[in-house]
Amino acid sequence: MLNEILQTIPQVVIDGLTLGAVYAVIALGYTMVYGILELINFAHGEIFMSGAFIGTAILIVLTGMGWVSAVPAIVMLITVLVLTAVLTGLLGMGIERVAYRPLRNAPRLIPLITAIGISFLLQDIVRFIAELQKGNYIVTGPNLFKDQISIKASSISAIFNDASIKTSFVIVLVTAVIMMIGLDIFVNRTKWGMAMRAVAQDRETASLMTVNVNKVISITFFIGSALGGATGVLFAVQYGTIDPYIGFILGLKAFTAAVLGGIGNIRGAMLGGLLLGLLEMFASANLTLLSGGVFGAEYKDVFAFAILIIVLLFKPEGLLGKPVTEKV
Amino acid sequence: MLQLKKVESFYGGIQALKSIDVAVEKGEIVTLIGSNGAGKSTTLKSISGLVKVKTGNIVYNGREISNKPAHEVTLLGIAHVPEGRRIFPKLTVKENLLIGAFSVKNKHVVQERIEKVFQYFPKLKSRLDQKGGTMSGGEQQMLAIGRALMMKPDLLMLDEPSMGLAPIIVEQIFDIIKELNQEGITILLVEQNAYQALQIADRGYVIQTGEIRLHGYGHDLIKNEEVREAYLA
Ligand SMILES: Nc1ncnc2c1ncn2[C@@H]1O[C@H](COP(=O)(O)OP(=O)(O)O)[C@@H](O)[C@H]1O
Ligand SMILES: [Mg+2]
Repeated sequence: MLNEILQTIPQVVIDGLTLGAVYAVIALGYTMVYGILELINFAHGEIFMSGAFIGTAILIVLTGMGWVSAVPAIVMLITVLVLTAVLTGLLGMGIERVAYRPLRNAPRLIPLITAIGISFLLQDIVRFIAELQKGNYIVTGPNLFKDQISIKASSISAIFNDASIKTSFVIVLVTAVIMMIGLDIFVNRTKWGMAMRAVAQDRETASLMTVNVNKVISITFFIGSALGGATGVLFAVQYGTIDPYIGFILGLKAFTAAVLGGIGNIRGAMLGGLLLGLLEMFASANLTLLSGGVFGAEYKDVFAFAILIIVLLFKPEGLLGKPVTEKV
Repeated sequence: MLQLKKVESFYGGIQALKSIDVAVEKGEIVTLIGSNGAGKSTTLKSISGLVKVKTGNIVYNGREISNKPAHEVTLLGIAHVPEGRRIFPKLTVKENLLIGAFSVKNKHVVQERIEKVFQYFPKLKSRLDQKGGTMSGGEQQMLAIGRALMMKPDLLMLDEPSMGLAPIIVEQIFDIIKELNQEGITILLVEQNAYQALQIADRGYVIQTGEIRLHGYGHDLIKNEEVREAYLA
């Protein structure tokens, strides 16, 4: 049995890292907003979904103009990613301004419920527009990357099977990693990143340091939503078909990843995302085998969430989270 | 330089300040003393914009500043060192200092100010990479004052800088406050430690349940019977 599991490892790692990178980038949006406002922004999954639709719409329009065949796919992708990131960034910033800021001093439950309301609103708006434009809310975009790459893992060691990757997998993984590294540098090395950390630790004192707290919160929403929206584009490129409800389950998983890593902790979200992706793919490949046929691959989510619960039982603050201490 | 005229502030429905009149002239050390819950911190917070002022005026260098957001008030040259120091625990000492100069674009100016802070608090120099939260109370107070100096304030407001510190450290902090004042920074000092505060202050105000009870020269207040009984016993 061990041998069979080992054989699938290369494919599990590749698929798991790719899926995990998607979770990780979305998890960043949850964790950043939580870190700064202690708000679980449930609408973040829908920002991701909006990004998938906006990106696909841009691609369809550009294809209609004959651009897609004329320009290298990678240039096309970068253009769409940047445009979508800016648009979803503004969307997230706008949502904070209109829906969350007026509730800044309200009891915690109220902005939480508002966030859920915004989720439904975004789902319905996107569905409405999609049906108006395409006559169907399930949309398939143009295929940018069709090639497959094969990795000869068997030549490294005979234990492994060969793994195959679609080019789009590589693109997704590389882009997600670039976004994570970029964010990490921004948060830890730049002035506004420092202001963001200061606001997360003590909003009132940050404002005494001439830091415009509202501006920092807007920037946080912009960045988190831009990353989430760009990941939506990656998702659309990867899977081709999207609908207005993809944000729900993916958002939930990314939120789980954020909790697994320690909510509020940026590197924790990255780690949590990658781990969750790997666990899920591992379960999907091996559950049947491990359970002697009792559980099929469709139980992968149960497996992943069971791991989450176990981790939280022993480390309630998450893998990289600090134990909660009372503020002095 | 700074005038509070009939200032009233509330927390929800609870009135914390009742028609407060306080004035600080350029170059002075003015102290605001009173027991726990009297409204000292609320007075400073009303000035710096952390607490909304319901009625009355706060005028700084001829400008109405009441209910301006805190980040704008501080930009005018008013630094507020909050009660309990409020160091950013997960930022390094260096970052804690840098955030004080957040609005300063020029890197050389920032570096000059850091050097200046080291002159007052040489200890900080060897701790730059340490997390703020791991420092002792006295070190955190020095860092909190250093962080405020990074703004190059004209008016420095200190909320109970002696709180919870050993007498010898308190001595040092008060010496530095005097020194800062001699270099031209106007000081508004909130203290429960009335005796020491009145000793270094030009003038003092006594606040009780949100009202100014007494005011006068520091050396007069030290001798005042009422003050002696209530705060210097
Ligand atoms: N955040 C708050 N919410 C409600 N009441 C407060 C708050 N902060 C202070 N108070 C009340 O306002 C009054 C003045 O408090 P404060 O200015 O902190 O006093 P001091 O600094 O002199 O000890 C007290 O009665 C206190 O209970
Ligand atoms: Mg106080």
